[in-house]
Amino acid sequence: MIEARALAARFGPTTAVDGVSFSVASGEAFGIVGESGSGKSTLLRVLAGLHEAWSGRLVLDGVPQGRRRAPRGRVQMVFQDPYGSLHPRHTVDRALAEPLAVHRVEDPAPRIAAALDAVGLEPMHRFRYPHQLSGGQRQRVAIARALILEPPILLLDEPTAALDASVQAEIIALLQRLRRERRLTYVLVSHNLAIVAQLCERVAVMQDGRIVEELTVAELRARTAQHPYTRELLAASQGYMRRHTPHPNPLPQAERGLGERS
Amino acid sequence: MSAPLLEVSDLAVRFGEHQAVRGVGFAMGRERVGIVGESGSGKSLTGRAILRLLPTGARLSATRLAFAGIDLLAAGADEMRALRGRRLALVLQDPKFSLNPLMPVGQQIAEAYRAHGRLSAAEARQRTLGMLDAVRIREPRRVHDLYPHEISGGMGQRVMIAMMLAGDPDLLIADEPTSALDVTVQAQVLAVLDEQVSRRDMGLILISHDLDLVARFCDRVLVMERGIIVETLAAAALDEAQHPYTRRLLAARPRLAAP
Repeated sequence: MIEARALAARFGPTTAVDGVSFSVASGEAFGIVGESGSGKSTLLRVLAGLHEAWSGRLVLDGVPQGRRRAPRGRVQMVFQDPYGSLHPRHTVDRALAEPLAVHRVEDPAPRIAAALDAVGLEPMHRFRYPHQLSGGQRQRVAIARALILEPPILLLDEPTAALDASVQAEIIALLQRLRRERRLTYVLVSHNLAIVAQLCERVAVMQDGRIVEELTVAELRARTAQHPYTRELLAASQGYMRRHTPHPNPLPQAERGLGERS
Repeated sequence: MSAPLLEVSDLAVRFGEHQAVRGVGFAMGRERVGIVGESGSGKSLTGRAILRLLPTGARLSATRLAFAGIDLLAAGADEMRALRGRRLALVLQDPKFSLNPLMPVGQQIAEAYRAHGRLSAAEARQRTLGMLDAVRIREPRRVHDLYPHEISGGMGQRVMIAMMLAGDPDLLIADEPTSALDVTVQAQVLAVLDEQVSRRDMGLILISHDLDLVARFCDRVLVMERGIIVETLAAAALDEAQHPYTRRLLAARPRLAAP
């Protein structure tokens, strides 16, 4: 479904992506992890056709991609912050109608209703504005909009990073269900190894614009990574280990209560 | 028996009709208390209420709010300003918004030193370099002369911590101090915080959405939901949490180990 060979991308004099190759089978979910500046988000933007200064060979759904790529119907992207990607003065209805209008889809109303239903939103959400929705609901709208033209490939850039933990879990479950039901191919970019492990089968670890290691999620879980940077990420993802011992007796027990409602 | 470092009882923060924080109460000594909750839980407002640094339009009330026996509700603006920075310090999520972009970072730390005591410029510089070294900045002399935009996020946060420690505070309030940082950098900044809090025997309030982090870093955890403390736990007894909201937070943590 996705075939990338020696992809490179530049920002002026800076090489953000430096000779990256990978392939993703149809229906597979491929994760890209790395820290800020690793080039992971730029790589995703190249796949989405949102970054023009790139070179290498890229085939999406059997179609080799040219430098300037207009038709984005086969690939859609969901961003980290739905507040930034939804127009603040457009209702949910308008946000979903737009891609349908661009592609001259007749009778858009049932498609919009079905798209909302697919992401677990109610009909009443249809005429709301982004500020009238919660963060999780906004991200559901962004996913509905990305899927309304039924692309086979969905690109996800930190789709849960701006959300609270309990909402994050719901969005992950939604993405898992949609992939299963629609046989979608995902490329997920995240700094969070645990989220990548939940959603993907394979993971590429990026550092300084290159893929330093590619491993299966089973290998990731078993912590059998070879590259030192992957090991460092794995160690950091276990959480901070306190070195200094708890305070012996900070406050007598009796004084702790003070109106605590527990 | 000396007064606890901090006493809070029946703390409330209101925005007009909206009760953002209600009935919050706890007391702490020179220990580490974590406040955990999701957005809108009131955890950050609670931290700011202690420093009386609330946004305009917020109304603060409490039956008691005292720091080392000093009644913060009765303290005047001058008294609060003297306490902040010197005995009470605050570290926020993003150092980019807290550092002055037009001044080299070393100069900003030196200013903090000079504000807190009668030091000559040379003495302040010496202490600044010592502090940069204490927060594990490898080349203190070089970093001293850099502007905030020339340093990384992790280094910026260590500079912020250095500046806050300049006043030798008794209580440090850290609100999501590592949330804007990459995971490997988070660990470095937490190690600095861990060491300094212990070495200086400070009290720490760590405010975060990250239950695991708070439980590992602190002695006690207060769980907040919609403006109230729903549960107080010893950090080591996190798994014994009873409240459904805490249980839900625990269950929602993404896990690498289990599918």
